[in-house]
Amino acid sequence: MKITDIIQETYLALSANKVRSGLTMLGIVIGISSVIAMVALGQGAQSSIQSSIQSIGSNLIIVTPGTQRGPGFTVSAGRGSAQTLTLEDANAIQSEVSLVKAVSPEVARRYQITSRGQNTNTQVVGVTSAYPTVRNLEVSDGSFITDQNLRGASKVAVLGPTTRDDLFGQGANPIGQTIRINRSDFKVIGVTKAKGGSGFSNQDDTIFVPLSTAQRFLSGDQYVTSISVAAQDSESTSAVQQQITELLLNRHHIANPQLADFSTLNQADIVATASSVTQTFTILLAAVAGISLIVGGIGIMNMMLTTVTERTKEIGLRKAIGAKKRDISLQFLAEAVTLTFIGGLVGIILGWGISFGVRYFGILQTQVTVSSILLAFGVSAAIGIIFGYYPAHRAAGLNPIETLRYE
Amino acid sequence: MIVVKDITKSYHADTLETLVLRGVSFTINDGEFVAIMGPSGSGKSTLMHILGCLDTPSSGTYHLDNHDVSTLSDDELAEIRKDKIGFVFQTFNLLRRATVIRNVMLPLVYAGVKSEERERRAMGALNAAGLEDTYFDHLSNQLSGGQVQRVAIARALVNDPKLILADEPTGNLDTKTGEIVLETFERLNRELGRTIILITHEQEVANHAKRIIYIRDGLIVEDRKTHRSKTHLKI
Repeated sequence: MKITDIIQETYLALSANKVRSGLTMLGIVIGISSVIAMVALGQGAQSSIQSSIQSIGSNLIIVTPGTQRGPGFTVSAGRGSAQTLTLEDANAIQSEVSLVKAVSPEVARRYQITSRGQNTNTQVVGVTSAYPTVRNLEVSDGSFITDQNLRGASKVAVLGPTTRDDLFGQGANPIGQTIRINRSDFKVIGVTKAKGGSGFSNQDDTIFVPLSTAQRFLSGDQYVTSISVAAQDSESTSAVQQQITELLLNRHHIANPQLADFSTLNQADIVATASSVTQTFTILLAAVAGISLIVGGIGIMNMMLTTVTERTKEIGLRKAIGAKKRDISLQFLAEAVTLTFIGGLVGIILGWGISFGVRYFGILQTQVTVSSILLAFGVSAAIGIIFGYYPAHRAAGLNPIETLRYE
Repeated sequence: MIVVKDITKSYHADTLETLVLRGVSFTINDGEFVAIMGPSGSGKSTLMHILGCLDTPSSGTYHLDNHDVSTLSDDELAEIRKDKIGFVFQTFNLLRRATVIRNVMLPLVYAGVKSEERERRAMGALNAAGLEDTYFDHLSNQLSGGQVQRVAIARALVNDPKLILADEPTGNLDTKTGEIVLETFERLNRELGRTIILITHEQEVANHAKRIIYIRDGLIVEDRKTHRSKTHLKI
């Protein structure tokens, strides 16, 4: 029996029972499309979480002050409360740790800001000119804080877009205007590009001022609240983290690493953790969708068994005129595989459509990958073969005499 | 040529053994028109299944064209059926959702005949079976009983088989259309020299053949030539 004959027979058999074939296919369509859509959702979530972590900065290591725990003291004042990091620590990291791209010491605190009768409470960060490099920040209007501003402790400020909207109104140009932070007037010299909420801190709702200015006029001391370090590439982050820890322990004269008065956070660790969470999430979603695929496969088997019973006489006739077991089983297998194949194709298109719709209407970020399509295709073909094999085998094994007598 | 020697066939149901054929022997030469006759339960259907290579005997031998087919496997039997035997059934057994021409082409599909040739041969067979060209593209459920049986005869003919086996071909037809179908068989035998074996329980139907083998309780009780043949032979 030639392939063209099998295709023709399959078409005739399936089109003879259009409603039944369609409903059976629907099971596979739903199964495949939900697998595609669910995996797309999971992978979309994964990439959006990753990119939002990456938006904080790339290959980032953040050093924050640890718990203040003096000799004899047992009461902890809480993490990050200690004032142990200084500008000198940051300079030492820059000069002594290898594979460092840039170091950005920061002083951050919330203040009430006023401007022309408007006021808002937001985070004011004292930064150096290295900050945009380390934190992947870009300026949309004006300029960022320069080394000259730092040396002169100038009272200049760069606004995040959200702060700009709060103080001057949506999309206004604030450059050259004056804002008042903690009873000092600052001149606005730039506005940063919107980055969106990163989950950890909203960089759009921030005011940047020179570090020296922040220390002199706002905090009034020499400490920094965190040091962000950018490693040269993602492979070197752990090595850099290790070196920073050793250097700071040494500089702070601490012998026991357990008693360190600072802590370091590696961005690669955060990304890895978030990835493993979203991956588990994706697998879970795909597994739930996979169950509906199995149910669809059982639907195929059910239909094929019914078909074999209904067409017992036809099977007998085909055998009488010379069909071999292989011809019969191929014919029924082809029907089952065609059902799953078409169902799979429609399912892929539908799944793609669903994930496109979810993305288009901004509900969630989705990403359809080639691998998930190939997987769905392979699975649907396999389901056709697995669930079609038993009915086909049964049809092929029927006794021609009994099938001819079947009423 | 068909040579059957001492064929028996028994069926086992649990421990009970039923002997359906109890030693049947005969020879049918090419070009004969034979009716196998007997009441129900006589074993004539079982004999037809064995002659049609749908089943194998429990003992004895069956030579079809000097080839022993009594011990072949299922797929080997399918091969023989495909090349040498055409079936006509009481219930016609056409594919209802397929057209007349497609029904007739079906054996050619399994025989691996090229698509271009199939239609030509199917039309030839339909003409030989006496069906008008206008019905070729009809679905089989749009035809009358006599026409359906002629389609079935065309299907049996299309593979150019040695042997045509007709199992009660007039059983579901009225007398008049039955006559037409039987005349078709006679014509095929007379004009095309086909070997035809007709299974029936009706004497009138059997009388259309040139030779009648009577079977009862699994044994041949009479094997004689009819008036349509030259001589009478009695055993």
